[in-house]
Amino acid sequence: MKNIYENRKYVFGALLFLVVFVFIGKLFSLQVLDKSYQTTANRNVLRYIIRYPARGLIYDRTGELLVYNEAIYDLMISPNLVEEFDTSVFCDILKITHEDVEKKLENARKYSYYTSSPFLKQVSSETYAVLQEKLYQFPGFFVQPRPIRKYSKKIAGHALGYVGEVDEHVIENDPFYKMGDYIGISGIEKAYEEVLRGEKGVNVYMVDVHNRIKGSYQNGKNDKPAIVGTNIVSTLDADLQEYGEKLMMNKVGSIVAIEPSTGEILAFVSSPTYNPSSLLGRGRSKVFETLSSDTLEPLFNRPLMATYPPGSTFKVINGLIGLQEKVIYKQTEFYCDGGYYSGRIHVSCHSHDSPLNLPEAIQNSCNAYFCNVFRRILDNPVFPSVREGYNSWRGHVLSFGFGQKLETDFPFELKGFVPMDSYYDRYYGKTGWSSLTVLSLAIGQGELLITPLQMANMTATIANHGYYFTPHIVKEIEGEEKIDERFFSKHFTTIDSVYFPIIIDGMDMAVNGPPGSGSTARIARIDDIIVCGKTGTAENPHGEDHSIFVAFAPKDNPKIVLSVYIENGGFGATYAAPIASLMIEKYLKREITRQWHENYILETDLIHNEKEN
Amino acid sequence: MKRRINTWSEIDWITIILYLLIVVLGWVSIYSAGYNEEHNKIFDLSQRYGKQMILICGALIIALLVVVTDSRFYSLFAYIIYAIVILLLIVVLLIGKEIHGAKSWFEFGFFRLQPAEFAKIGTAMALARYVSSKSFNIKNSNNVFNAVVIILIPAVLIYFQPDTGSALVYFALILVLYREGLPGGILLIGILMMVLFVLTLMINKMAIIIALMVVGFMIFLIIDRKIKRFLIAVLIYIGLSGTLFGLKKFAGLGLSVYFILILSLIISGFIYSFFIYFYRIRKAVLIYMLMLGSIIFTFSVDYAFNNVLKPHQQKRINILFGIDSDPYGSGYNVNQSIIAIGSGGFSGKGFLKGTQTKFEFVPEQSTDFIFCTVGEEWGFRGTSLIIILFTTLLLRILFLAERQRNGFCRIFGYSVFVILLFHFVVNIGMTIGLLPVIGIPLPFMSYGGSSLWAFTILLFIFLRLDISRLEYLV
Repeated sequence: MKNIYENRKYVFGALLFLVVFVFIGKLFSLQVLDKSYQTTANRNVLRYIIRYPARGLIYDRTGELLVYNEAIYDLMISPNLVEEFDTSVFCDILKITHEDVEKKLENARKYSYYTSSPFLKQVSSETYAVLQEKLYQFPGFFVQPRPIRKYSKKIAGHALGYVGEVDEHVIENDPFYKMGDYIGISGIEKAYEEVLRGEKGVNVYMVDVHNRIKGSYQNGKNDKPAIVGTNIVSTLDADLQEYGEKLMMNKVGSIVAIEPSTGEILAFVSSPTYNPSSLLGRGRSKVFETLSSDTLEPLFNRPLMATYPPGSTFKVINGLIGLQEKVIYKQTEFYCDGGYYSGRIHVSCHSHDSPLNLPEAIQNSCNAYFCNVFRRILDNPVFPSVREGYNSWRGHVLSFGFGQKLETDFPFELKGFVPMDSYYDRYYGKTGWSSLTVLSLAIGQGELLITPLQMANMTATIANHGYYFTPHIVKEIEGEEKIDERFFSKHFTTIDSVYFPIIIDGMDMAVNGPPGSGSTARIARIDDIIVCGKTGTAENPHGEDHSIFVAFAPKDNPKIVLSVYIENGGFGATYAAPIASLMIEKYLKREITRQWHENYILETDLIHNEKEN
Repeated sequence: MKRRINTWSEIDWITIILYLLIVVLGWVSIYSAGYNEEHNKIFDLSQRYGKQMILICGALIIALLVVVTDSRFYSLFAYIIYAIVILLLIVVLLIGKEIHGAKSWFEFGFFRLQPAEFAKIGTAMALARYVSSKSFNIKNSNNVFNAVVIILIPAVLIYFQPDTGSALVYFALILVLYREGLPGGILLIGILMMVLFVLTLMINKMAIIIALMVVGFMIFLIIDRKIKRFLIAVLIYIGLSGTLFGLKKFAGLGLSVYFILILSLIISGFIYSFFIYFYRIRKAVLIYMLMLGSIIFTFSVDYAFNNVLKPHQQKRINILFGIDSDPYGSGYNVNQSIIAIGSGGFSGKGFLKGTQTKFEFVPEQSTDFIFCTVGEEWGFRGTSLIIILFTTLLLRILFLAERQRNGFCRIFGYSVFVILLFHFVVNIGMTIGLLPVIGIPLPFMSYGGSSLWAFTILLFIFLRLDISRLEYLV
C-alpha cells in the first residue's frame, strides 16, 4: 500500500535545503565577504610588547656622565583577565589606597577592556622586586620595564631639561609617538630629542585566552629590537656648573659662561634652580606644581628667557659704535660734572676724575661720557636726520646679536628688544623725538631688553675682537662627524676689529686699575689672571636694581666669557663681579685661592634677607 | 519467512562512507584543537585526540555488533530498551555525577557515560514501534497523545538534569508524526507560535496585539471578499474599544490599555458569533480563535520568559536576537566562535595554525564548538565541505527511510533523520550565531564517547533495518 503521506518527504527535503542555503549563505558572508574577523582574531591572540629604548646618555665636556638611565617598571593591566584578588596585599606592596585601586581599575576598563594599559607607572626597582614574587596572585597584571632618566649630580636642570609623557597634541602630529611615550620637554632633552630618543622596538607574541605567552609570532619575523638613543657630549663643564650653582644659592639670577673661541656654553646657571631628578618618577606632578607656584620661579629659564635692560655694560657697545662711526677716538675726552646736562635733561653720574678719555670712561663707567658719545652717533652730520642716525646705531647693535634670537640649540630662546624708529614714532610722533629723547639708551637703560645669554654672547664678541660663534650647549653627537654647521660660522659685527682693543683696555682697567683710579670692578681682580670686565645695573622699577657683570679672561687669548645677573643685587660690583671672578678662577685654575671672596658670596642671602629684617 | 542475504553486499555503503568521512574529519579537528608542541603524538592517551581514537575504534566495533544482530531484535525489544533508558535517566538524576551543574553522567572510574545520548535510541525505537503498530491511528487523538508522551518522558527527565539542549532534541521527533499523517496545520500553528515567541521578546506587546488584529481583519477581508461585512466587523471593534476608552477617561476607571483592547476583542467576539451564525461564515470562527489564541500566547510567552526561564537562559535568548549585546559576558562563546570561523577566510589558516581555537579563546572547542576549528583552519572550503557531507548523509537517510516497506523501519529512519538534522542545525547554527547557545554536540564530530557511540548505534541500527527490507516481505 502506498503511504498517502509519502509526499510529505518533500517537506523534509525542502527543510533540509533551506537550512543548507541559510548556513552556506551565512558562512560565505562570515568567511569570505567580511574581512574584519581576521583582525579581531589577531587582536585576540597577538600581544605587542613594546621595548622602550634607553635614551642617549649626556656627558659634560670633560667626559663626566651627567644623565643616564635606570630601569623602572610600569605595572600594566589587561582588564579582561583581572580576577578577584587580595586588595590589601596589593595596596601594601604598591603603597596605594583601596580607592586608588578602584579608580585605576575603572579607568583601565574605560580605556579598553582588551588592550592592556598602564595601571601604575614608574614602579621603582625595589617595589618591583617585592611585587614580582606576588604577581601570580594578581591575574591580569603584568610588568613592563622601561628606562627612566637618572642624574649623577643635582645640577644643570635648566640646561639639560627634562623628559615627560607626550601629550595628545604631539601624538596627533607625530606618528612616532604613542600614548605613554616619553619626550624631551625642555633643554637638551627637547633640543636633541630626535638624537636621544632612539627607536622603540616591539616583540610580537601569541598569547592564549589566559594571556599566557605561547611563543613569538611567526618566529619573530615582525619583532624589532629597540635601538638605544645616541649619546651626547654637552659643552657644559660640570665642575664649573656645580660651582656656579653653589655661588648662586640664595640669590635670584643667572650665570652664562661661554668659551669665546667656539661659542660653547661652559656654564648655564639659572637661580633658583631645581633638582632635575625631582621631575621624574611618581612624585613628578606634585613637585611640578610646587615649582610652578613658587614666586621665585625656579622653572623659569632665566639665561634664555629673562630680559633686562643691560645697564652700563652696554656702554662698551656705544663706545665701539662711536669709534666705528668715527665720532670719537680713543683719546676723545668729555667732562663730567656729576652728570650730563642738556636743557631740562639731566643724567647724573657718580664722582670721578674729569675729563676722561674712552678707556677711562669705561673704567669709571662715566654716564656723561657715553651720553655725549651717543648723541654724537645719532646727531652725526653725515646723516640727514636723527632717524638715519638712530637706524645706523640700531644696525650696529643688532650685529651683536641683540633684538633677535641667537639661534642656539636651545628651545624657547627670547629675542630681547631693541626698539625700531617706528617705536619712538608711536610715542613721540614722526618728528617728535631726538637723540635727547632716547638718551637713556646711551647708558643701557630705557627700552632696551637683553637676555643674559645675549649679554654673554656680546662679551664673547668683544673677547674675539668683533665676531661670535652662535652659543650652543652640545659639543658632540656620538657617531656624527660634527654638530650643526651653523655653530662653526663666525658672525661678524659691523665694528672693525681694530677698535676692540681700546674698549678691552677700558674693561681691563675697570678690573685691574690701581686703587683710587676709579675702577668700578676691582673686586673681580685675580692676581695672576688679567680679567676684563664691565659692571652694569639694570634699573628695576619694581624694587632693588639688578646687579650685572660681564667679563672675560685672560685678556690675551680669552678662554672664558661670562655674564652674571643678580636680581635685586644693587650695583654690578656688589655681587655679580665677585661671582664672575670666582667662576673665572675656578675655570682657569680649577681651585679657589681667595677664600674670603668665596665666603662672602656663599654667605650672601638675597632671598631670605627680607624675612630676617 | 526469512531470506538469506549477504549483509556486507547489501548494506548501504554510501552512508557508511559518509559516516567514516565525517568521523575522520572530526578526529582531525579534535587533534588540531588539542595539538601542542609537547603533545604531538597521535596516540597520546592523555590528550583528547588520543582518547577519541580509541572511542572511534570502539564505535566501529559497536557498529559491527549492531549490524550482525538480527533485525527483529530491534522492534521486539523496542519497549524494553525504552524502559531501560528511562530507568537510566531516573537513576542518573539520583546517583549521577554532577559536572558543570548538571547531573548527566554515570562515572565508572576513568569512563563516563551520558545516558541522555543513548535515550534517543530507545525513544526512537519505542516511537517507531508504537506508531507502526496496527492499533495506531494518527487521526485518533488518544494515540497521538500517547506517542507524544513517549517522546516527552525522556525529554522531561533530561530537562531535570538539567540539560535543556538535549531535552529539546526530543521535540524534533514530533516531526516524525507529521510524516505519519499528523495534520500540517498543527505544525503551522507551531511555527506561528515560534514566530510570535521571537516577536514577543523583540518588540512591544502592544505593537504585536495591534498587528495581530490588523492581520486578522485583513485575512477576513481576503477570505470573505465582502467590504461591507469587513467594515462592520472593524467598526464593532473600534466602537467597543472607543467606548471603553471613553469610560476610562470620563468615569475614571483604572483600565490598562492592554485590558481595553482585549476586553473589546472578547466582547466583539460575542457580537461576531451572532453574525457568524446568521451569515454562516465558518472561516471567521477560525480567524477569530487564531487571533485570540495568538494574543494569549504572546502574554504567556512574556510571562514565561520573565518568570520561568533562568536568567542565563533569558540572556542567551536575548543575545541571539541582538536584544542584549554583551560580548564579554554570556555572548563570549558565540562571539569568539564567530571570530574563529570568520577569521578562517576562504581557505583557512592551515592545519594546526588556528589561533582562536588552539589558544583556547573558543570554549569547548573540541566538543560543542568543534565546527570552529574547521572554520578557522580550513576556511569556507572546509565548512562548506562539512555542510555538504552532512546534507548528503541526511538526504541519503531520507531516501533510505522512504524506501522501507515496513512502518517500523521507516519511522525509525525518520527518527534518525530528524535527530541528526536537529543536532546539525542547532550545533552549527549556534557556532555561527544564528541560534542561541544550546549545548548539543555535532554528530560524529564532537569529542565524547557517549554521543559518538549513541549516534553510531542509531545510524547502524537503521542500516541494519534497511537490509532487513530484503529479508522479510511484509
